[in-house]
Amino acid sequence: MATVLLLAVPVAIHAAWNDPYPAHEQGQNILYTAFRERPKHLDPARSYSSNEYDFIAQIYEPPFQYHYLKRPFQLVPLTASAMPVPVYLDRQGRPLPAGAPVASIAYSVYTIRIQPGIRYQPHPAFARDDRGVPRYHQLTAAELARIHTIGDFPHYGTRELVAADYVHQIKRLAHPRLHSPVLSVMQDYVVGLKDYAANLRREHARLNRKGRGPALDLERYPLKGVETIDRYTYRVTIHGKYPPLLYWMAMPFFAPMAPEVDRFFSQPGLRERNLTLDWYPVGTGPYMLTVNNPNRQMVLERNPHYRDERYPAQGEAGDRQRGLLADAGRRLPFIDRIVFSLEKENIPYWNKFLQGYYDRSVVPTESFDQAVRFTGSGDTDISDDMKVRGIHLRTSVATSTYYLGFNMLDPVVGGNNERARKLRRAISIAIDIEEQISIFRNGRGIAAQGPIPPGIFGYLPGCAGLNRYVYQCVRDAPQRRSLSEARRLLAEAGYPDGSDRRTGRPLLIYFDTPATGPAEKARFDWYAKQLARLNIQLVVRATDYNRFQEKMRKGDAQLFEWGWNADYPDPENFLFLLYGPNKKVGGEGENASNYDNPEFNRLFEQLKNLDDSPQRLHLIGQALEVARRDAPWIWGVHPRQYTLDHAWLHNAKPHQMANNTLKYLRLDPALRRERREAWNRPVRWPLVLVGGVLLAGLIPAVVLYRRRERSTAA
Amino acid sequence: MMAYVLRRLLYAIPILIGVNLLTFWLFFFVNSPDDMARMHLGMKRVTPAAIAQWKEARGFDKPLLLNREAAGVEKLTDTIFFRHSLRLFVFDFGRAEDNRDIRREIGERMGPSLAIALPSFLVGLLTYVSFALLLVFFRASYVDVWGVVLCVVLMSISTMFYVIGGQYLIGKLWSLVPISGYGDDGPGAIRFLLLPMAVGIAAAVGLRTRLYRTFFLEEINKDYVRTARAKGLNEWRVLFVHVLRNALIPILTGVVVVIPALFLGSLILESFFGIPGLGSYTIDAIHAQDFFVVRAMVFLGSVLYIVGLILTDISYMLVDPRVRLY
Repeated sequence: MATVLLLAVPVAIHAAWNDPYPAHEQGQNILYTAFRERPKHLDPARSYSSNEYDFIAQIYEPPFQYHYLKRPFQLVPLTASAMPVPVYLDRQGRPLPAGAPVASIAYSVYTIRIQPGIRYQPHPAFARDDRGVPRYHQLTAAELARIHTIGDFPHYGTRELVAADYVHQIKRLAHPRLHSPVLSVMQDYVVGLKDYAANLRREHARLNRKGRGPALDLERYPLKGVETIDRYTYRVTIHGKYPPLLYWMAMPFFAPMAPEVDRFFSQPGLRERNLTLDWYPVGTGPYMLTVNNPNRQMVLERNPHYRDERYPAQGEAGDRQRGLLADAGRRLPFIDRIVFSLEKENIPYWNKFLQGYYDRSVVPTESFDQAVRFTGSGDTDISDDMKVRGIHLRTSVATSTYYLGFNMLDPVVGGNNERARKLRRAISIAIDIEEQISIFRNGRGIAAQGPIPPGIFGYLPGCAGLNRYVYQCVRDAPQRRSLSEARRLLAEAGYPDGSDRRTGRPLLIYFDTPATGPAEKARFDWYAKQLARLNIQLVVRATDYNRFQEKMRKGDAQLFEWGWNADYPDPENFLFLLYGPNKKVGGEGENASNYDNPEFNRLFEQLKNLDDSPQRLHLIGQALEVARRDAPWIWGVHPRQYTLDHAWLHNAKPHQMANNTLKYLRLDPALRRERREAWNRPVRWPLVLVGGVLLAGLIPAVVLYRRRERSTAA
Repeated sequence: MMAYVLRRLLYAIPILIGVNLLTFWLFFFVNSPDDMARMHLGMKRVTPAAIAQWKEARGFDKPLLLNREAAGVEKLTDTIFFRHSLRLFVFDFGRAEDNRDIRREIGERMGPSLAIALPSFLVGLLTYVSFALLLVFFRASYVDVWGVVLCVVLMSISTMFYVIGGQYLIGKLWSLVPISGYGDDGPGAIRFLLLPMAVGIAAAVGLRTRLYRTFFLEEINKDYVRTARAKGLNEWRVLFVHVLRNALIPILTGVVVVIPALFLGSLILESFFGIPGLGSYTIDAIHAQDFFVVRAMVFLGSVLYIVGLILTDISYMLVDPRVRLY
């Protein structure tokens, strides 16, 4: 090993020997970050996970986006010239007033006008010859032989974004080869989308009867509910009223796709070279993907055709003091390149962040104590070690909920009767979520009072939003009800002192979880200990995710743990997890508890399509009261996210909904260079020491050798 | 010899079919195609229709091994196993779940795997043989005793300790090399390889040195060694020319067989050091339940292992004139 290390000296030509980046990148305006797992899809019709959105949200531009600084979350135009106001129609197609009852609204019409002059990134799909004919839309075998990456095409082109590109993308959601995850939702709303998808499936099957046939030309099939009005305007008509549609339209699913790009990538021969639209996104956003090696590195570079977009001039209270408005009105984006390196393991990721080779990091659990300290008041703050390095800690509560669910179909813990309700409430009280957050999450989370997390309409902080069945309000703060109350409820449920009154047997609860591995054992033991306080025995059935899902689909679980991340910041996106017709068993929906209370269902149907208003808040309160009373979930945790940014990174503000936030970040590369050099001075003495030890070891060996050679045979 | 090689290659065909069947069985009987579909379609909003479409697109809607509804030979050929396995024998691995061509991907990833594995193998072999010979040379002296103690200590430590300790000490504390990563910018890329190489060699040095020392000690008291010494040869010559050559057969048994498998890389080192090789490709595919990639890698591993075994037999013949291959 010493020899190997000694060899390292002449090879390392950088100022810092451990700098993982090329020397010529030093001092450049490049953001360095990491990705933990390779993305599966970069096609906006297919992609539905945050690690994929990290890339495509910087490239594709849906008509709307979330305001970067304002809270609560607010939609603003991105490529649209204004937020559309829906026009409501009755069954006969007659307009209705804005405040018309939901039941009377047969259709909602959204007319979206996009800004003129927006241009796509340079791409060979847009390249045209002198006669205006696309250069690369009929590639010959000879041309293909020279092509291995997109960079091998000598000519690039661009064109203006038009409304028809948005229409094309909505049609793509129904393409049978793409398996878009939102088709199931959208076909219930967008007029004609269900028939359109069925039509495409038939046509696709016909074309591919004998192997892989020609690509479907989506332009040949009209979609009734989505139409191009003029060059810059398109219209989407949906059934009934569905305000969350605008949130969906802020996701990459609704970003524009130029039909010629689709045609370009459909050519035979490109797919065999891994050149697909699923891997080479083409958009109008601030960045474009120029290095696409998901095995090692993905690089985004500034789109030279990006339009004039400015940093927001308004934010929420305190943003100005935090320096978040210092760049107000300046042109975006600030950073030239973004280098994502594949870093699967926590330890090298964290160490490279500390060396300054990543500009930002989450706080890994194993390094939590190194990064964060608890203040006297129980709050968290950045540790002194991090402070010295100029690192900033940013925290935010995720729009997620992690809960323990009861299977409402189970004969012991399920059912909509008072006995079962009391049993569930007793268990809810006994499992001390606050303690769990403290022990297993380093305090990173808040105990949930219902399914709706903070930041979403309907969430009320403090005692106003209290789950009074598990907590009581003491000095304006929630306090968990006592164990004696839990024991009383348990006795009333027919299990005095944890034993079945009829049989005398101890109550046994099965806990299903997809979490496996030695690290989880402590948590499971903790759960068992919590229930043991009520003399209930907990049997943990940890299994892989497939088996777990199968149990959930069949309704074989009793108590289980699961979670949900918001798609969009609307209470409907959480309350639908408890909506009866959305049950897992029989319905294949997302209601894993199979909770089905007609009262809750009725309230949910009333509130789901309302605009945010006092009336909606009232209905949400009523629905939450029903759910809390029935306790189909132990409401669990809304996790708190901690991120760390180096001193040279500016304008960072956690945003739980927006993904296109890299354009707002600004760097100070000179400061970064200076700090990196100071933090990474090579320590040379170990090399000298290892060499010295080897030499010192040689001396007695040589002596011994000489002695042996001189001695006579025994 | 050619007849022997040809015969061994023909034996390989049923072995590879068996390996294929085993991989197929492990995947499809432990995980149904529905499970795979759910895994790949994500955790949210997965409908039965989407699952059916996913399966249909991959031909996973067919029966596994026997299609009772088909007629004639199609009872066997119109099945998932037949449709997805036969192509492997012409190294047509198909496409991964992320729609990338597997053969192309393997070609791209072989380089990084070899960049780590080949130098580690050569330098490692040289190191283990040299240390073992050194201990044998100083046998029954304090160098031998403490050398063996050191070997036992080194082989008792987990590989993960070497990885994490190496990254912390050499990469972070001493800032001598990058903690992880991979470069393709010519000679500058060497600095990414030094630490994983050093860790890979250090993790195996205890075990291998002790093993080879045992092989050498078995030879050291044989008549031909005594004869060599009686002829007046010095100890270095006795060890490096005579003992080493005669101890090569047991060494080759373990060494030659792994040479073809060097292409497949190292599962742990590649994952921890961010090396985009075939080892990390396999690990990722296992985690993602990408049947097509796992099957391709298992098949490739089997082929390379069989090639390794044939090469081992040939190498016996080369180092020991008494061995003949028929």
